[in-house]
Amino acid sequence: MIFLNGDGSDLNAGDTVAVALARLDIGPDAKGIAVAVDGAVVPRGAWEGFALSEDARVEVLTAMQGG
Amino acid sequence: MEGHVEGQDGHVEDQLTIAGRAFQSRLLLGTGGFPSLQLLADAIEASASELVTVALRRIDPNAQGSLIDVLEEAGVGLLPNTAGCHTARDAVLTAQLAREAFQTDWVKLEVIGDEDTLLPDAPELLRAAEQLVDEGFVVLPYTTDDPVLGRRLQDLGCAAVMPLGAPIGSGQGIRNPYNIALLRDAVSVPVVLDAGIGTASEAALAMELGCDAVMVASAISRAQDPVGMATAMRHAVKAGRLAYTSGRIPRRDYATPSTPTEGLAEFRG
Repeated sequence: MIFLNGDGSDLNAGDTVAVALARLDIGPDAKGIAVAVDGAVVPRGAWEGFALSEDARVEVLTAMQGG
Repeated sequence: MEGHVEGQDGHVEDQLTIAGRAFQSRLLLGTGGFPSLQLLADAIEASASELVTVALRRIDPNAQGSLIDVLEEAGVGLLPNTAGCHTARDAVLTAQLAREAFQTDWVKLEVIGDEDTLLPDAPELLRAAEQLVDEGFVVLPYTTDDPVLGRRLQDLGCAAVMPLGAPIGSGQGIRNPYNIALLRDAVSVPVVLDAGIGTASEAALAMELGCDAVMVASAISRAQDPVGMATAMRHAVKAGRLAYTSGRIPRRDYATPSTPTEGLAEFRG
C-alpha cells in the first residue's frame, strides 16, 4: 500500500510522483509545493520520472500559516 | 553614510542586514494565528515587515485561498520555519523541502525539545545548524537566551541568532533582559528577539537592549485588533532602536537636578 499524506491510496508500485500529485489535483507547475518520499526530497524535476515502491510513503507539503 | 537612509521623520535610519540582505524594517512577522488571510495581509501592510515566516504542512485540498499568493501580493520575503520538528534529522529534511517549495535558502531553524514550553533542544539544534550551513542554507536558529549557545551557533556559521524572550505564544515579555544583553555582546551576527513578546513596550525593550530586530507572531495575530497591534509594533521597534542608538542616560540611585542650581535666588525666610 502506498500512503499519500498519511492516508492509504489506490496508487500502485511503479506509479510516479507526478501521478500521486495528480490525485491531489497538483500539476507540474503548482507553486509552493514540495514532495518527500520515504524521508527524502524528490525535486520538482524528478516528479515525472520517480517511480514509487509498493510501500512508499509520499508527503506532499505546502505553505501554511505559522511561526 | 553607508547603509543608512533618510527616514520619513527626518531621522537617519540604519538598515538591518542579515547575510548581506538589507531590510528597512526591523520587525519580522510570524504568519501563524491570523483568523483570515485578509487580516494577515492587512497586518503585514500595517507592520511594514519585509520578512515573514511560513510553515510547511501537508497540503489541504479543501483549503480556502492561497497563503503563497497573499504573501507574493504583499511583496514580502519568506522565512520558512521548521516548527514542530523535534530532531535534527526532521528539521534538516523540512528545511530541504522548504527550499524546494519556496526557492529560498533561508530557514528559521526550530528544533523543539519540550512540548509544554516549546523550548529549543540545544544539542539537536547545533547538529541541524551545522548540517544546514554545510548545505548552503542561511540559518537563523531559534535559541534560548544562553550567550554561550548563541556563540556556538554563530561559530557554526549561522547568519543570525533568534533568542526567545519567553516561551512561544506565552506573551510573558522578556523574562531575562540581562541574558539578552549578554547574548547581544557575545555575538557579532544580528540578534533577532523571537518569542514571548506580548505587547509593544516589550518589543521596544528588546531593541533598547541592543537586539537588531524583533520577531512577533501571536502578539499581533491574536490581539483583539491585529492591524492596530501591527502598527503599534512597527512604531515600538523603531522607537526602541532609535533609543538604543541615541544612548540612554545611566541609571542612578538618587536625583540629579535637570535645572541648574547656580543663580538660585535666596529668599528671606
